[in-house]
Amino acid sequence: MTRIFAYVPFKNGVTDDVALEYPDAAKKIDAGASLTAVVTGHGADLDNVADALTKTYSEVIKIDNEALAYPNAEIVRKALTHVIPADAIVLVPHDTFGMDLAPGLSIKLDSAYAADVVDFEGMDGATLKLIRQELGGAVSTHVTCDAASGAVITIRPGTFAPADEEGASGTVVDKSGEAGDLSAKRTFLEVVEAEVGDVDITKSDVLVSIGRGIEDEDNIEMAQDLADAMGGVVACSRPIVDAKWLEKSRQVGTSGQTVKPKIYMAMGISGSFQHMGGIKGNPFIVAVNKNPKAPIFQVADVGIVEDILDFMPELQEAIEDL
Amino acid sequence: MEILVCVKRVPDTAENEFELNAEGNDLDRDDLVYSVNEWDNYAVEEAIRIVDNLGGSITVVTVGDDEAEEVLRREMAMGANNGVLLSDDAFEGSDGRGIATLLKAEVETGNYDLILTGAQADEGAGQVGGMLAAMLDYPYASLVNKIEPGEGKIKVGREIEGGNQEMNEIELPCVLSIQTGINEPRYVGIRGIRKVAGVEIPVKGAGDLGVDAGSVGEAGAKTKRVDYFVPDPGDGAEMLDGDTDEIIEKLIEKLKAKGGL
Ligand SMILES: Cc1cc2nc3c(=O)[nH]c(=O)nc-3n(C[C@H](O)[C@H](O)[C@H](O)COP(=O)(O)OP(=O)(O)OC[C@H]3O[C@@H](n4cnc5c(N)ncnc54)[C@H](O)[C@@H]3O)c2cc1C
Ligand SMILES: Cc1cc2nc3c(=O)[nH]c(=O)nc-3n(C[C@H](O)[C@H](O)[C@H](O)COP(=O)(O)OP(=O)(O)OC[C@H]3O[C@@H](n4cnc5c(N)ncnc54)[C@H](O)[C@@H]3O)c2cc1C
Repeated sequence: MTRIFAYVPFKNGVTDDVALEYPDAAKKIDAGASLTAVVTGHGADLDNVADALTKTYSEVIKIDNEALAYPNAEIVRKALTHVIPADAIVLVPHDTFGMDLAPGLSIKLDSAYAADVVDFEGMDGATLKLIRQELGGAVSTHVTCDAASGAVITIRPGTFAPADEEGASGTVVDKSGEAGDLSAKRTFLEVVEAEVGDVDITKSDVLVSIGRGIEDEDNIEMAQDLADAMGGVVACSRPIVDAKWLEKSRQVGTSGQTVKPKIYMAMGISGSFQHMGGIKGNPFIVAVNKNPKAPIFQVADVGIVEDILDFMPELQEAIEDL
Repeated sequence: MEILVCVKRVPDTAENEFELNAEGNDLDRDDLVYSVNEWDNYAVEEAIRIVDNLGGSITVVTVGDDEAEEVLRREMAMGANNGVLLSDDAFEGSDGRGIATLLKAEVETGNYDLILTGAQADEGAGQVGGMLAAMLDYPYASLVNKIEPGEGKIKVGREIEGGNQEMNEIELPCVLSIQTGINEPRYVGIRGIRKVAGVEIPVKGAGDLGVDAGSVGEAGAKTKRVDYFVPDPGDGAEMLDGDTDEIIEKLIEKLKAKGGL
């Protein structure tokens, strides 16, 4: 029988959303598989989280140690390698913690590795069939993964259907005693909060959001003019911040702001999942992109194939003429 | 500091429209424009800044075919001192673990204090750096957007959710994967590339690295890419067509209906 172990991160006593997404992923891997949640941490927060997870999982493994109070990937990895059987399938979210933990974990468990998986097509013997994307979502691939001696897999957050059943009444298994040596060569110091900017893009109903398609810093004015005409503000994708053309607080995405506008105008943005991950509340998304195959057209409501440098001034004029 | 930077030659997402080949199982690679992975330029720039301050030297390494040499030259034009190309028919079809196995062998031929990779490459996996570190038993930090060098230990900032920064202290030698935005990579002109055009770049195969050919390449791969496909755009966006005026008219109607104007 396939055995699946799902690592559940949590913060301030609240589990990551992925906790409810694992059951769907596990079912798609193998409907007959056993699914165990694994949590690591220290103290009352950990106990509460482990108890809460028994509503969704029939078995919850907890590993309690002072060294695990902050999720340092090197220490979590050590603990997991002692507790998870080598031939298991291990699920981890593809986020900044998962990217830190999972590749090295696959080496230490001597397991196969597949990253940022968006769908599974089941097991064929010990071979797991899955789907992932490449080139920023422009193309997808079918991948086979030899899981005979285990597999570590990161899944894309928000992709699998969240379970609503709170039907399970599972048990917590305390494996703190098996965690082994938890010394590490990397020490966590502190978290420095992102700076707050002049403009709060999270408060606006209309966002004119620019990506690398803006091509030049001087062109940002066009987006500002359009945003003014629409009564909105200018937001952006990450490359615009990396180039220091706009401040970090304008960036939409997993490593930027989470926004909930009514209208999201994506101008010259390809539609990477890290960007789209920052857009919540199901806004009306208009994508303008000169590439008819841009992945953003798969997720936008309305798509327009145009050069934004021509299109934005024309749209602005038309709106001003209303 | 002796620094090794791992770089990958990738199709340039800004320059290409991706099409499948006639069989529908691979990209049509004939006319693709390639460049160095975006993240790797930040890694090389960071290495240059560290060496400018503390002394030392930078080696860039890639696993690839003959054409991959061009990305090494580009990074040498930026300021890396040496380049190494790991190339052998036996390396073809390597998965991330295979690539990491080869890079580990190269690391062991040198005396590096610091090994840098990009946070991710064209395939969006972000796997090679973490695997390499685990194989070497070196500490690792991913998504690094700040490095403060020190003696025997360095301080690194990791970019975490929401753009917050997680500060860590990490022992040397270590492996770091570099996130974009950590610096502003310098521009490389044609003249810079010409300057390094004649520099000899050693090519190493399985024998030179002492790697068992069965542990890398297709033979060693536990994950295999079966084919490429483009998802059905069926439930995607409603595409507005016509000339620009017509499109704008339709768009304005929709924006009005959604309360956006
Ligand atoms: C851990 C991690 C976190 C990340 N967090 C974020 C995040 O929070 N936010 C974020 O945005 N990204 C984030 N990224 C980066 C993300 O993966 C993408 O690289 C980024 O979103 C791409 O930005 P883009 O769409 O502007 O650029 P590209 O992908 O280069 O797309 C540019 C688009 O513009 C189009 N275009 C070009 N010129 C024109 C023109 N004249 N007119 C019309 N269209 C044009 C092109 O066809 C293309 O589709 C993160 C990455 C990692 C690894
Ligand atoms: C024709 C072809 C066939 C392939 N077949 C398969 C297959 O069957 N199965 C499979 O899993 N993969 C296959 N690959 C993928 C290939 O082996 C990838 O290079 C490997 O998976 C690592 O790339 P990544 O994009 O995942 O790297 P990531 O881990 O996302 O890259 C992060 C960083 O690692 C370093 N890095 C990555 N690749 C290299 C490199 N080549 N040289 C030096 N440093 C590097 C860079 O610093 C990079 O920034 C194939 C590739 C090609 C071109």
